[in-house]
Amino acid sequence: MRAERDWRGLLFVAPFLLLYVVILIFPLLRGFWLSLNRADLFSDGHFVGLGNYVRLAQDPVFGTSLINTFEVTLMIVPPLTVLALGLAMALNRASKSAAVFRGIFFSSAVLSVTIVTLIWRFMLAPDAGFLGYVATAFGVEPLPFLSDEDLVLPALAITTIWWSIGFPMLLFLAGLQQIPEDMYEAAALDNAGRWTTFWRITLPSLRRTVVLVVMLQTAAQLQLFGQSQLLTAGGPSGASRTAVLFLFETAFGRWELGYASAAAEVLFLIILAVTLTQYWLTGRATAAQGGR
Amino acid sequence: MPSLSIDRIRKSFGTMLVLEDVSLTAEPREFIAFLGPSGSGKSTLLRIIAGLETADSGEVWLEGRRIDRLPPGERGIAMVFQHYALYPHMSVRQNMAFGLRNARVPPDEIERRIAEAAGVLEIDELLERKPGEMSGGQRQRVALGRALVKQPSLFLLDEPLSNLDAALRLRTRVELAQLRQRVDAAVIMVTHDQAEAMTLADRVVVMNDRRIQQVGAPMDIYSRPANVFVAQFVGSPAMTLAPAQLVEDGEFAALRLGDGSVVQTRVPREGLPAGAELRIGLRPEAVRVAGSEGATTKGKVELVERLGERTLIYGRFGDGQRVTAEDEGDSRVKVGDEVPLRIDGAAAHVFGPDGIGYHSVGA
Repeated sequence: MRAERDWRGLLFVAPFLLLYVVILIFPLLRGFWLSLNRADLFSDGHFVGLGNYVRLAQDPVFGTSLINTFEVTLMIVPPLTVLALGLAMALNRASKSAAVFRGIFFSSAVLSVTIVTLIWRFMLAPDAGFLGYVATAFGVEPLPFLSDEDLVLPALAITTIWWSIGFPMLLFLAGLQQIPEDMYEAAALDNAGRWTTFWRITLPSLRRTVVLVVMLQTAAQLQLFGQSQLLTAGGPSGASRTAVLFLFETAFGRWELGYASAAAEVLFLIILAVTLTQYWLTGRATAAQGGR
Repeated sequence: MPSLSIDRIRKSFGTMLVLEDVSLTAEPREFIAFLGPSGSGKSTLLRIIAGLETADSGEVWLEGRRIDRLPPGERGIAMVFQHYALYPHMSVRQNMAFGLRNARVPPDEIERRIAEAAGVLEIDELLERKPGEMSGGQRQRVALGRALVKQPSLFLLDEPLSNLDAALRLRTRVELAQLRQRVDAAVIMVTHDQAEAMTLADRVVVMNDRRIQQVGAPMDIYSRPANVFVAQFVGSPAMTLAPAQLVEDGEFAALRLGDGSVVQTRVPREGLPAGAELRIGLRPEAVRVAGSEGATTKGKVELVERLGERTLIYGRFGDGQRVTAEDEGDSRVKVGDEVPLRIDGAAAHVFGPDGIGYHSVGA
């Protein structure tokens, strides 16, 4: 009787479970299995053990793409977090104009990466781009953002920040609205100036949101792909090739599925490690502050 | 010199006027309660004194200093918020130290003041805790402590007891009364609870409809209400107000009620508006269930409330006028009874057509 009941329960979750297994678990395991094989798209390949991983460790292109990924993530996440918080604080009021600007700043988030890169190609192109035009108007030599190895990652970062600022801004706005007004009134009566109020009241109250934004953005930007592929195709000479772009080129350019899967597993582990580290660090910081 | 003086404060939100030319003074160390229903403007007035709202016009002076143009932190005022407004990420100690650090009080002085306040409020053990780890009563004490350490010239308490359960509220009320003996500052408390106002305050400021209705000592407000609003708002259950005709006779006003009975009051006849529609005001204790000999009128009982030491009787006079009367705790009156009532004319109030109150002499 009892066993029968258990099975009936399973029936209820079965539709989702099936989907979950087929769409998530199976590809995950299959991907891991692939990474242990030398395989292309058209054959089953043959088992090579950790061969692909050894090859990855020795592949300078993969190494560079990882470094590029870290660099661009570092260029994006801190300024993105600060800018989103600043915007949220500026727009956290009930006025009509604030509502309009909230809409405007969020609007970039609804665009697809294709349109975003198109826009920024117009902006960044040194000869015909908007920034080039402005630079020329001021009598400055326009910077070749997309063709200079040192400028291409900052260009990617700017594009990405512009594209992704909406959602973190929204999260910060939600966080700011959770802070009760009388907290600020108490601070005003406690003689706290703007800076003190920000550092001692607003920021500590937003700590969870800051952690959330940083973790989400780090995980997202470590997988940066579309901007780099569409804006520069990883160039010039691989200076903007990110880990996912490397993966894409390997899998769908050279059809080395096993090798690409190994790269994917490595990236997965890196993102997992970074996220867990952040989680652990903030947990420790919270504990040091005595909970909450 | 008064400690606090408020001069012709006027405030509106949008097109809605919430305070109209409100003036008031408070003596040093005086405890004043702003009493009134929601929307009477009492909280707005408190927030204007604190600097959390700006008055449209008028002035606020504290200890000889005009403060209405100063930012809240520079007014020498401490406030206890209704929901305490403790900083959730700071310990109790940090909560109390925050304002002092901002005011550049030396660290050892801060420690000394915190230790002293913690001793008075018996929150020594809580100093390292966060607000989230404390009960409502404990938070209330911390909020008081945070105000105490500032050693302000004026304490503002915004509905300080409204978030506590009944038992704790009573205890905290006693503690507040004791606490005020220790502080060398005036206190203003906003409340809609008349028991709080009456028990704690030296003077009660009754507010309604944008204006101060009456300022006076608690018993003064109770026994000599300036107008119909104060008479009905203060005292529980509310005073009975019944239309009455002036009987042309004698030094004191004699009033004929709707059921024909006459009440001989101790309110001087002189000064009452002649020939006008008057109302008589009777507190429950002025209308008692009597033996048949002492009765002046009678009433039909609609509801009996037994409070233990006394019994409240809600009923109607012969003409249908509602009345609240009082009887002994062991009253045998039942719903539906017709009981003889004795109206104590000496305790009756008279209200003119404009709502102004007239009271017994010597009361």
